[in-house]
Amino acid sequence: MSVVFLVLPLALLVVTGAVLAFVWSARSGQYDDLETPAMRMLHDDGASKEP
Amino acid sequence: MSTDTLRFPAAAIAADASTATVCAHCALPVPAGLVQEDAERQFCCTGCHTAFAILHEHGLGSYYGFAERREAPVQSSGRRYEEFDHPTFAQLYVQVMPSGLSRTELYLEGVHCASCVWLVERVPLLHTGVSRAELDVRRSLAVVEWDAAVTPLSAIARQLDVLGYAPHPFRGVARADMRRREDRAMLVRIGIAGAIAINMMLAALALYAGELNGMDATFTHFFRWVSFALMVPAFVWPGRVFFSGAWASVRTRSLHMDLPIAIALAAGLVRGAINTVTGTGPIYFDGLALLIFALLVGRFLQQRGQRLAADSAELLHAIAPSTARIVEQGVVRDIPAEALLPGMTLDVRAGETFAADGVIVRGHSTVNAALLTGESRPSSVEEGATVYAGTLNVEAPLQVRVEEAGETSRIAKLLREVEESARRRAPIVQTANRLAGIFTAVVLLLAALTFGIKASFNAPHALDDAIALLIVTCPCALALATPLAITVAVGRAAGNGMLIKGGDALEVLASPGTVVFDKTGTITEGRTALVRWVGAEWVQPLVLSLEAGSSHPLAEGFRRAWPGMMVPDVHEARHVVGGGLEGWVDGRHVRIGSPRFVAGGVVSTAPEVMVALHTYDEIGRTLTPVHVSVDGVLVAVAGMGDKVRDDALQSLRALRHRGWRTVLLSGDAEDVVRSVGAALDFDAADAIGGATPEQKLAFIEQTKQRGRVVMVGDGVNDAAAIAAASVGIGVQGGAEACLATADVYLTRNELGTLVELVDGSRRTMRVIRRNIALSIAYNVVGASMAMFGLLTPLAAAILMPASSITVVLGSWYGHTFPRVRRTATRASGPASGAASSISGPVEAIA
Repeated sequence: MSVVFLVLPLALLVVTGAVLAFVWSARSGQYDDLETPAMRMLHDDGASKEP
Repeated sequence: MSTDTLRFPAAAIAADASTATVCAHCALPVPAGLVQEDAERQFCCTGCHTAFAILHEHGLGSYYGFAERREAPVQSSGRRYEEFDHPTFAQLYVQVMPSGLSRTELYLEGVHCASCVWLVERVPLLHTGVSRAELDVRRSLAVVEWDAAVTPLSAIARQLDVLGYAPHPFRGVARADMRRREDRAMLVRIGIAGAIAINMMLAALALYAGELNGMDATFTHFFRWVSFALMVPAFVWPGRVFFSGAWASVRTRSLHMDLPIAIALAAGLVRGAINTVTGTGPIYFDGLALLIFALLVGRFLQQRGQRLAADSAELLHAIAPSTARIVEQGVVRDIPAEALLPGMTLDVRAGETFAADGVIVRGHSTVNAALLTGESRPSSVEEGATVYAGTLNVEAPLQVRVEEAGETSRIAKLLREVEESARRRAPIVQTANRLAGIFTAVVLLLAALTFGIKASFNAPHALDDAIALLIVTCPCALALATPLAITVAVGRAAGNGMLIKGGDALEVLASPGTVVFDKTGTITEGRTALVRWVGAEWVQPLVLSLEAGSSHPLAEGFRRAWPGMMVPDVHEARHVVGGGLEGWVDGRHVRIGSPRFVAGGVVSTAPEVMVALHTYDEIGRTLTPVHVSVDGVLVAVAGMGDKVRDDALQSLRALRHRGWRTVLLSGDAEDVVRSVGAALDFDAADAIGGATPEQKLAFIEQTKQRGRVVMVGDGVNDAAAIAAASVGIGVQGGAEACLATADVYLTRNELGTLVELVDGSRRTMRVIRRNIALSIAYNVVGASMAMFGLLTPLAAAILMPASSITVVLGSWYGHTFPRVRRTATRASGPASGAASSISGPVEAIA
């Protein structure tokens, strides 16, 4: 049972990583528009490379 | 807006849908007259042809591979957009970024699907100097970044326009930025609170299990310390908002729900921390973490509902044209409407909207002021007459000397009135908010009593019981009850064609009061239609052939009345301003137009028309008369007017049956309003005509003193009244200003939706009341248990989520509006840009 002293802090460390990832994604505006990116991902990139 | 209504789609000519040829660009049927036998591809209009050519020339042909494509003929306005390069424009709408590039946001008409995103994000990049183009479909906003030294914005705007996405400047950039930042911060707080609450629950579960089955004290301590370690960040980061709320509540001396929450959080944390260190007594942390999370979610839901209002307010400005054409020393050029000054000379073509108030200095024409006054019949104007910004020049080019521009114009004053009454409107005290104040006071009092009485009798755990009471009664379920039920109802209503901006609208609509209807476009269809036709059938093709090329509203009325009719060719067609049309059809001389114009060439009158002219007085009094003569014989009389909606009478009866008083209030001529009112069973006193926007506002304010007033209307002339009413409802086809101020917007073009709305609101209020009753019941049980010291941490941990879950389930399964699959809600038609941008957020919540 004492393995919990090791595993629980590890688990919390993983959670901290996930939370930081979420904070980063929210702050960089990835949840601002939930509709357009879903449409955008269907597009081919080919033509957009042209300046 | 204005150019939109008059620019009539070329495809409409070909009402004959049997033609198999479809347009290579928009996939709509190509009119028979435009089919080119030898061409490889067919186009329904030059707009589509141009768009097709551009896409192919630049290797963007894969656009045609999209399954879902814009299905509307490309209607480019053909404007030069010179005003986009004007210094005033740059000052108002363009930001210069640190990199030296310019950045602006443009509101685009007609974007709605994946292929639109693809086009709008690629086409501007074809210009050298454009570094970024990004579209937000939901709000119809495109962000463009470009190097102003290389490419003028007007070139980009023209390119978008050619593809059918007419750009408009977007005025709310600063506010939108601020809101975006708020949103992100809120989301971050919810994410952190959620993560902490879930992990806290795992630790708590271990502790509860240990309490039941026995657990080594070392582990108990460990889990309690872990809980404490988790609690601190939840407290200082997401929990901070409640303390600032509570502080505001203390400063303003008003009871706010944040106050007991903050006290409970602080007391719980301190007591829990002490208990953690000493290793005895309850620690509360699991309950507190969950509380923070649930409250933040409830608040987020509520905010999103209110967001809708602010979003659409930006559309308000879309009515007044953003550009004006001025004549300076014989040279005509475009400038932004903001740069107009009194004394300048405006050049206004047929079908354009006036950009400022002024006096006509050259030309005569007819003006449609429906947007401003609600008068459905265009009136004729000549030199010396005053015209107002926002009204439409129907027939012939005019030159206007500007008298009042921008903020001092009549429409600007009216819009300011709208904004003010929207702000002034006393916020309807929601049941939950009213309860919250009482609730707060009761909870604080009970906690103080529990502590005071128990402490004075030296009872054990006096402080623990008081804290337990504060925590268990925390208005989790109560805070969720209203926003959740409203969010679910608003989402379902959106699927049924009712876009509701705020929950208070539902509250008002739930019980009967006075409902005031505008006539034009609300009770009636709001467009000119052929209502009476007296004359032989053989005249009809002649009329249609002459009217085919005209963009006059009357001509459109004829075209809609007789779709698919074979039309003979016209020769020497001539348009007489203020009179009508004449020309040669099949070797016969045909004249159509006002009685005076046609009478000029008439030598005799057909017998049936003679009878009609003498006996039937509806034409000429409530309808606009149109006479038709062929070779000098008056052969037909048409009565053009605004048709009453098919379901108007039925819907009005349903409303009256539910106890509503119905009033018809219109800016249209008195006798027109009276005859429509009589046909629809309005009381004679409740059918009021000739009302100016200012009088409408006064009527609403006056009626409001006696009870709740619902205003149903469209157009700017109703906007002030809609904003002033307890609840304003905008109907399909309404001007965008109306959408900006209305609390509810009906996307289905029928009045029956109004009855559904009233019924749905009543059911929603029932669900809310049930939610509130349930959460109060839970709180009473929890509070009594805490006061008598019966509340163990385990009981609290079960009771709190149980009450929230009951409320969630009750809101979700409560019967409010019928549930629909969300795919059918996309609005189409000319207003699709505005409609989809408004429906978006609601759907997203649903």
